[in-house]
Amino acid sequence: MEVLAILIPVSLGLGLLGLLAFWWTLRKGMYDDPEGDSRRILRDDYDDKPKQD
Amino acid sequence: MTTVLRPPPSACPACDVAGPAAEMAGRAAVQDKGARLLLSLPTIHCAGCIAAVERGLARHPGIRSARVNLTLRRVSVDAAPDVTADEVIKQLEGLGYEAHELDPGILSVTETDRQGRDLLMRMGVAGFAMMNVMLLSVGVWSGATDATRDLFHLISALIAIPTVAFAGQPFFRSAARALRAGRLNMDGPISLALVLTVLISLYETLQSGAHAYFEAAVMLCFFLLAGRYLDYRARAVARSAAQELAALEVPRAIRLQDGQQHTVSVSDLVPGDLVLVRPGGRVPVDGVVVAGRSEIDRSLLTGETLPAVIAEGAELSTGEVNLTGPLTVRVTAAGKDSSLHRMADLVAAAESARTRYTTLADRAARAYAPTIPLLSLGAFLAWMYLSGGDLRLSVNIAVATLIITCPCALGLAVPAVVTAASGKLFRKGLLIKDGTALERLAEVDTVVFDKTGTLTMGTPVPDNLDDHPESALGVALGLAEASGHPLARALARALNARGIRPAEIEDLREAPGYGVQGLWQGRMVRLGRAGWVGATHCATTGAYLSLGEETHSFTFTDALRPGAEEVVTALKSQGKAVWLISGDVAPAVEAMARRLGIAHWHANALPEDKAEKVAALQAEGHRVLMVGDGLNDTVALSAAHVSISPASALDAARAASDMVLLGRDLAPINDALRVAKASTRRIRENFWQSGVYNAIFVPVALLGWCTPLWAAAVMSLSSISVSLNALRLK
Repeated sequence: MEVLAILIPVSLGLGLLGLLAFWWTLRKGMYDDPEGDSRRILRDDYDDKPKQD
Repeated sequence: MTTVLRPPPSACPACDVAGPAAEMAGRAAVQDKGARLLLSLPTIHCAGCIAAVERGLARHPGIRSARVNLTLRRVSVDAAPDVTADEVIKQLEGLGYEAHELDPGILSVTETDRQGRDLLMRMGVAGFAMMNVMLLSVGVWSGATDATRDLFHLISALIAIPTVAFAGQPFFRSAARALRAGRLNMDGPISLALVLTVLISLYETLQSGAHAYFEAAVMLCFFLLAGRYLDYRARAVARSAAQELAALEVPRAIRLQDGQQHTVSVSDLVPGDLVLVRPGGRVPVDGVVVAGRSEIDRSLLTGETLPAVIAEGAELSTGEVNLTGPLTVRVTAAGKDSSLHRMADLVAAAESARTRYTTLADRAARAYAPTIPLLSLGAFLAWMYLSGGDLRLSVNIAVATLIITCPCALGLAVPAVVTAASGKLFRKGLLIKDGTALERLAEVDTVVFDKTGTLTMGTPVPDNLDDHPESALGVALGLAEASGHPLARALARALNARGIRPAEIEDLREAPGYGVQGLWQGRMVRLGRAGWVGATHCATTGAYLSLGEETHSFTFTDALRPGAEEVVTALKSQGKAVWLISGDVAPAVEAMARRLGIAHWHANALPEDKAEKVAALQAEGHRVLMVGDGLNDTVALSAAHVSISPASALDAARAASDMVLLGRDLAPINDALRVAKASTRRIRENFWQSGVYNAIFVPVALLGWCTPLWAAAVMSLSSISVSLNALRLK
C-alpha cells in the first residue's frame, strides 16, 4: 500500500496538468470557432513542405 | 432574378446563407482607428472559402493578417491604420464573397466571450475534479477500508470543496436572485443539494463514516454546467447572427440650409427643416413635398407593388424609397414622432398583449422544484421517527434522496434538444432567435402569409417579351438602362439576360414621374406611363414604349419566391389553414391566391387590420404562424403565436419575428415545422426518461439503500441517455 503515497500525488499532478492545459487552450481561444477548425485540418497550406525522404 | 451580386451557387446548403448583405455593403464605411476590422461573410461555408479569403486578403497591401471564423461567418482583419473597410469589402467582392462591415462593438463581443469562457472554465474545473475524485471513489467502492478510506475521502474533500465553491457559483447566484424575488427556481434545490451534499460528506469524512458523496456533488456540477453551456452557446450564436442582420443603414439626412447641403444625423432634424431626398434614397422623416416630382416605393410600408406618383404637396412617411427624381421635403415629424416610431409603439403594445408563453421546461420546473426539498425533508422526518432520533442516519438518507432527485437530466433535457435542432436549422438557412420558438412552432395550425416581399421576391419580371420585335426590344433596353425606376431596371435586366443589344439612343432624358425619352434614328421614343407614351392602359402592372407611331406594352408579374409553391402545398397537405393577407390591391392579391391555391385572402389590409385578423384567428383558438417582411407586418408578427421573416425584411420586421430565413428560399419553413414537432417530442421523451429514473430510484433512496455508487451511476446514466436522445433528432 506504500505505493499509494506515490500514485496519489502522481494522479493528482496529472489531473492538475490536464486542467492547466485546458485553461491554456481556453485562454488561446481554441473553442471560438469549432466549425472552422474542423475544416482547417483539411487544408494543406499549413504543412506544404512535408518531410522529404 | 437576383438584384444583388452573389458568388456562384454551390452544393453546400450553408451557401444559401445569403441575404441583405449587399444592400448593407453600400452603407458608408467608417474608418476604424484601431485598424481592426470585423466583416461579416454570409456566404462562406467550407475549407476552400477559408483559404481563399485568408490568402486573398493577405495579398492586399496593408493587411497584416486575416482570420476567418466559420462558426460565426466572420473575418477579423488586422490592418494598417490607412486601410478602410471599403477597400477590404471590394477586395472580398473581387474574390467572389459578399461582405459587409460590422460594428466591432468590441465591448459586447468580449462581454459575450467572457461569459462563455467563464462557463467553460467552470465546466472544465468540474470535469477534471470529477475525474480525480472518481478515481479515489472507485478505490473506496472496491473495498478500501479504515485509514485508507478516510485518507481517500479527505483528499476527495480537498478537491471537491473548492471545486463546488467555484463551479457551483452560477447556480448559487441564480438561486439567490430568485429567492430574493420571492420565487423558487430550479437552481434553488440544485444549490441546496450541492451545499448539503458537501457538508454531510465532510462531516462523514471527519467521523470516519463509510459513505461520502463528494463525487456526486462534483458530477452534479459538471452535468448541470454542460446543460448551461449548451443553452448559452445556442443563444450566443443566434444573438451574434441577429446582430449582423440588424446592421442598420446609417440614419443620416441631407438638410438644406441657406441653399447649402449639410449631411446631418436624423436625430438632429426638427419639424420645419428642409430635407433633400435623392433618387434611390430612403425618406428619413415624415414630411410634405415642397419641390420636385417623383415616384416612391411604398412596398415595405404598405405592401403595394406599384410605385406611387407624387408631386408638390404630397405627404411622405419615414421608410419610403424615392425612385426617380430629387425631392425637397419639409419635415413634419422626425425621430420619436415619426410614423416609424408610432409603428414601433404599436408593436410594443402587441407584444405586451401576447400572453407570456410558458415553456415545457418552465412547467416541469414549476412542478418539480418544490417537490425535491419537500421529498427529502419528508425522508428526514420519517427516518427520524423510524430510527428513534438517529440524526446522522436520517440526514444521510435525506441527502441521498436530494442527490437522486436532483434534476441533472432535466437541466440537459431542453438545451441539448434545442442545440441540436437550431444547429440543424441554421445549416438549412433558418436562424432561431428565440429559444421557445420551436415549441411554439410545433403547435401551429394556421399560417398567415404576407404577399409582397414574402411570397414574392418584391421584384417585378416582364412576362410578355416574346410578343415584341427585336428592334423594339433594343430600343426598350436603351431607354430602360437610363432609368432607375424598378420596372425599367427589371426590364433592362430581363433584356440583358436574353442577350438583346441596346439600340443607340441620343438625347436621353428622364421625366420624373412619367418615364424616359430619347431620339432613336431621328424619331422621338418614350418608355414610361401609358398616358405619357400615348398607349392604352393594360389591366396589370405595365410599362409602355412608343416608337413614334406604334406603341408596345410590357406587362410584369412579381416573381414568386423560390419554394413558395412547395411550402403552401405542403402546409395544406398537413391540414393547416393558409391565409394570405396583403396591403396590395385586390386583383393582385386574388391572382396570387389563385396561383398558389390559397382559399382565404384579404386585400387592402392596413397594419392594424393584419394584426386584428391575426388576433381574431387566435381568439378562435387557432395558433397562428405569421410570415411577413414589411413594416406593415411588424404588428401582426409580434401579435402572432410565432413568426418568421425573410432576411430581406426590414429590421423592424426581423426584430419582431422569432425566426429569420437567411436565404431566399421559403422551403426551410417546412423543415422548421418538421424539426419543431420532432424536437418537442424529444423534449417530452427526455422529461419522461428522467421521470422514470426518478420513479425507480427515489424509493431506493427513501428506503436508505442508496449508496454513493448508486447515486453516481444513476446520475450519469440519465444525463447521458437524455443527451443521446437529443442527438437522435433528424
